[in-house]
Order: sequence, then C-alpha cells, then structure tokens
Amino acid sequence: MAPITRRMGQIGLPCNAICPTVRPMATPADFTERDDAQGRTISLSGTLSLACLGDVPARLDAIADGVAQIDLAGLDHIDTIGAWVVHRFAMRMDAPVTGAGEDAQRLLDAVARNDEPLATAAPPLNPVVRVLAETGDAVRLTGQTMLGLIGFLGATTLSFGRLITHPRSVRINAVVQRLEVVGIKALAIVGLMSFLVGIVIAQQGSVQLQQFGMEVLTVNLVGRLTFRELGVLMTAIMVAGRSGSAFAAQIGTMMLNEEVDAMRTIGVRPMEALVMPRILATVIMMPLLGFYASVCAVIGGGFLCAVSLDIPPVTFVQRLREVVPITDLYVGLVKAPVFGLIIGIAGCFQGLQVRGNAEEVGTRTTAAVVQAIFLVIVIDAVFAVFFTWIGWN
Amino acid sequence: MDRLELTDAAPASPPAAQHDAPDDAPIIRIRGLVNRFGDNIIHDQLDLDVRRGEILGVVGGSGTGKSVLMRSIIGLQQPAAGSITVFGEPMLDRDPADPELIAVQKRWGILFQNGALFSTLTVSENVQVPLREYYPAMSARLREEIAAYKILMTGLNAVDGPKYPAELSGGMRKRAGLARALALDPELLFLDEPTAGLDPIGAAAFDEQTLELQRTLGLTLFLITHDLDTLHAICDRVAVLADKKVIAVGTIDELLALDHPWIQEYFNGPRGRVAHGARPLAGEALA
Repeated sequence: MAPITRRMGQIGLPCNAICPTVRPMATPADFTERDDAQGRTISLSGTLSLACLGDVPARLDAIADGVAQIDLAGLDHIDTIGAWVVHRFAMRMDAPVTGAGEDAQRLLDAVARNDEPLATAAPPLNPVVRVLAETGDAVRLTGQTMLGLIGFLGATTLSFGRLITHPRSVRINAVVQRLEVVGIKALAIVGLMSFLVGIVIAQQGSVQLQQFGMEVLTVNLVGRLTFRELGVLMTAIMVAGRSGSAFAAQIGTMMLNEEVDAMRTIGVRPMEALVMPRILATVIMMPLLGFYASVCAVIGGGFLCAVSLDIPPVTFVQRLREVVPITDLYVGLVKAPVFGLIIGIAGCFQGLQVRGNAEEVGTRTTAAVVQAIFLVIVIDAVFAVFFTWIGWN
Repeated sequence: MDRLELTDAAPASPPAAQHDAPDDAPIIRIRGLVNRFGDNIIHDQLDLDVRRGEILGVVGGSGTGKSVLMRSIIGLQQPAAGSITVFGEPMLDRDPADPELIAVQKRWGILFQNGALFSTLTVSENVQVPLREYYPAMSARLREEIAAYKILMTGLNAVDGPKYPAELSGGMRKRAGLARALALDPELLFLDEPTAGLDPIGAAAFDEQTLELQRTLGLTLFLITHDLDTLHAICDRVAVLADKKVIAVGTIDELLALDHPWIQEYFNGPRGRVAHGARPLAGEALA
C-alpha cells in the first residue's frame, strides 16, 4: 500500500474523494442562485459528474449574463466533465470560481489548459456546386478505374507472357488450390442453381408454347438457351459473387496488413504470386463450370418435360441432338474463359486498390462484383452480335 | 456443468447482492481463473487483486496470456472457470444487457493494443461514441467540447480532431484511443501495451501523460507492458505472469528480492539494468 498512500498524500486527497465509487445515494447535481454583497452568485451542489449532470448544463446555458461569481463549496464530487461545464460557464460569464476544493481546482486547471476548439472539417459546399463536384468526381473515378482496368489487363498479359517464357515461375500449388476453391467447391451450388433455372425455363416456356400446341419446342428452348447463353452467364454471375468478391477481399486485406508490400521487398511479385493463380483459376474453371451448368440446366429441363409434359427422357435427348447445333456449345465455351478473365481481373484489380481502412475492403469488394457482372453482360452482348455476324445462329 | 460448479465453488466469490465494494477492497478481484484454448491451458488457477488508485503493471513473456487476462476481465473472453469481480460486481456469466453490468462498463475505459479506433469515424467522433451511446440526452455541443478537451489532454493537437484514424501515425492513434478510453471519465483504465511501437521520446511522453492523467483523475490503471522504462517510471506494483499464474505481485524492488529465474532474467537482463538505473518519474516528482 505504501506507494499508493504516498501518491494520494502528494495530491492531498483521501482515496475515496478521488474515486468515490461508493455512492449509493449520490445527490444529483443542482444549483441555486442568490444575490449577496458580491452580486449574483451561482452555487453548485451535489455530484457534478457525467452520470449525475442531468439538466444542469442546459439550465446553465439558459442563464444569459450578470453572474458575479460561481461557488463550488457545496459540491460533493466533480469529474472532468463537470469541471468542463463549470469552466465553460465561468468563461462565458467572465465570473470567478470560488470555493473550489483542491480536487475541483485541479480538474478545473486541467480542463482550462486544454480549452481550445478543435479544427473543423471544411464547411459543406452549396448544393449545386456539390452535385457538380460529385458528378465530376464520379466521372473522373470511372475514367480512372477503366484506365486502371485496361492497364491491369496489360500487366496481366505481361505476367502471362513471363509465365510462358519461364514456366518454372508458375506457382503450381497456388493455382491448384485456387482451382479447387473457384471450381470444385462451386460445383454443388452452381449445379443446383442451373438445375432449377432449367426447370423454370422449361416450365415458363411450356406454358407459352402450349398456347400454340407446340410444347415439344420446349426442348429447343431449353437446349439452345442454356448452351448459348444462360449456362455460362449464370455461372459467371455465381463465380463473380463467390470468387471475384473473395479475391478482392483477400487481396484487399493483405494490402491493409502490408503483406503485399512485404512480398515485394522479398522479391515475390504480387502479380505472379497473388494475381496470376487467381486469374488462371477463373479462366480455366469458367468453361468447365459453364459446360457443367448447361448440362445441369438441360437435365432440369428434361426433368420437367418428363414430369409435366409427358416427354420421356429418351425422346428429350433425341430431340435435343436434332435441334441444338454443336455451334451452340462452342458459343458458350468461347465466351466462358473471357468471362473468367473479366471476373479475375476485376477482383484482383479492386483488391490491389485497397488503401487506408477496413471500410475500403468492403467498397472495393462490392465494386469488384458489380464491375465483373456489368462487364460480363456487356461482353456477352458484343459476343451475341459477333456470333450472329459470323452466322452461328 | 463442470464450469458452473467450479465458478460457484470459488471461495472468494462475493455474494451477488453486494453491489459495491468497500473502499479498501480491491477494484478487480480474480480468483481461480482458468483459461484454455482447446488443450492449451493459458491460465491455471490464477489469482490477482488490483487495488484502488494504483498503477499495476502486468508483465510476462510472449504467450503467457497477458492480453487474455485483460480480455477475461472486461468480458471479451469467457474463462473456463474462476471468478472475476470488478467494483465488487461479478463479471462472469452475466447477461450483457444487465444494467448493473453496463453500470460497471461505464466506469472503465479500455485502450486496445492498436487503438481499435473506428476507422470510418473521425478522431473527435470516435471520442464521442461512448458519450453518445451511454448519455444520448447530452447536447451535441457539450459532447463535442468534451471530445475536444479529452483529445487535447492526451497530447494530440486541435488539428487532429477532424482527421480519420488512417491519417494518424501509430503513436497518435494510441493517444486517440486513450482519449476515447477516457471519454466517460472512467475510474479504471485498461491499457494494453500503450508504449509498444512508440519511439523512446514518444513513449516517455506517453508515460508522463499517463501518470499526469492518473494523478489528475485519480484513476486505477491495469497496464500490460513490455516496456521496462514504463514499469520503472510509473508502476506502483508489478504483477508477473509465468507458469500460467501470477507468480508474484509487488514493487520492482520486492520482485528483485525474489529468487525466480524469469524475474531475475527479466529485470536483471541488460535492458532491465539500464531501465533500473533511470529514476522513476513518480520519485522525481515526489522529491
């Protein structure tokens, strides 16, 4: 106990005056006014601490002026927040504080030493200017992002070239691990989703086609739609949501932890160690997953045809082989690796843009997914025009 | 079931009805604390008292569970067994919404190792969070003024108020964290390695300010540190964590009189001797 009593002695207070934790009946802060020889006096009483302040600050604020002195003799206890309230009031009234005990005086001195308004952030601009400024900012940001993405595509191509010329620098383990995460672990969800989409297309299509007595064309609808468009597109959306976001979040967190900087300093190229395995994984896995998704969707469609349209599976498959040209499969498979590239690049690029704080990781992850899906759909439209042009209808 | 029985059987567990300890009772009282992660036992029957108004330094090698001990006290880590009371209020197996537990939480402040500032809020807003949360009726102006003097008190400048944590250096982030920890004028302050990562001048200034604050506000400090200078300069007592227990608590001189190899190594190693040669801040001020 020696050092404690010594310290308490030094500031001249018994322990329980400083830490009056035992305050079962703490009186709330209050004040009274009286006029005496010195003029109008405000006498504070009770416990002037954060928990017991009550409406005292508001009532003190309501006093306009004319206070000659502030008397603290009646206080049981005061903390720095109470001291601040007194200090502020005294400053405003330009009135002396009297009757302060030793601890109250010490706290008053402490807050007075630190009485300086904080710098404030720049005041908000007027609304018109702000709208213009934000529009300009958004345009600039979009432009920068697009340029950055194109630059990143270039960097990826260079890295890929380096991998081709130096096959030993391919990180096989990392690539295989990514293949598993992006591809194998997505099989269940992609399969289920595609199966259900196949059922929905067949069901909705058959309802419309029945009006013409052409239920049998449901097979055309399911087969051509899934192989050409939906199988790959739905897979791309799923992979963007599952893996593109994960890329951005992983790399972004590594940026925050300075892991990426650490890599650079020890001679590991982040493009090779982080970006290439991920992009390779999406590029390799997208065609496989896309084909798998198309097959699942066709199975879903076939299931519905068998159950509700009385088209037996054998007929379904036979009809499928007649109406779905092999070019439909090519159309899907040509698009898939491009979509994979877009998803991988958007995810890794956004991850590497993370700076500063944890919120940025979330923003960048969202941006990665939105950009990936948006670009996938834009490129899909371009492909549709292209395939029509070359006659793969 | 095992855990509950052990908790109830803990000899020092005070009756639940006793809300506030008498003045001479320890502010924090830990009895028979057991913490384990899987098979890895961190604390085994650990006892510790923190007295009112003291600065208690907690030392121990890496991995001896200093931070786990702090997290157990403040309720972030559920121990396997034992009892912990803070301000006479039992802390374990409590409903987080219990008003008496919240009353205890209002009376302590915590500075995490890296400041743990909310990254989307400015420094000033960070300091206002506890005030806003616990005293919603307080006027915004008063809250801002309180945040201002708290920030200045911890040695930051007025220009740092509207900055975001990402714009601050490590040392400034710690000060901002301290300002937030002090927002409610706590009686008990937990500091987790406050001077780690600061330059010696910054660390000495931080020590001085901590001591100054402790004296001005009459705080009790639970201070985890590896900084021998801090221990010598401001700690009243030092608790040594080793062998899954607190093996000794006392002033540094008392600890040096003990014949424990780790303590001797720690305080009498090359760094320990240098720090011991320096005069403690407290003594300086007293002389």
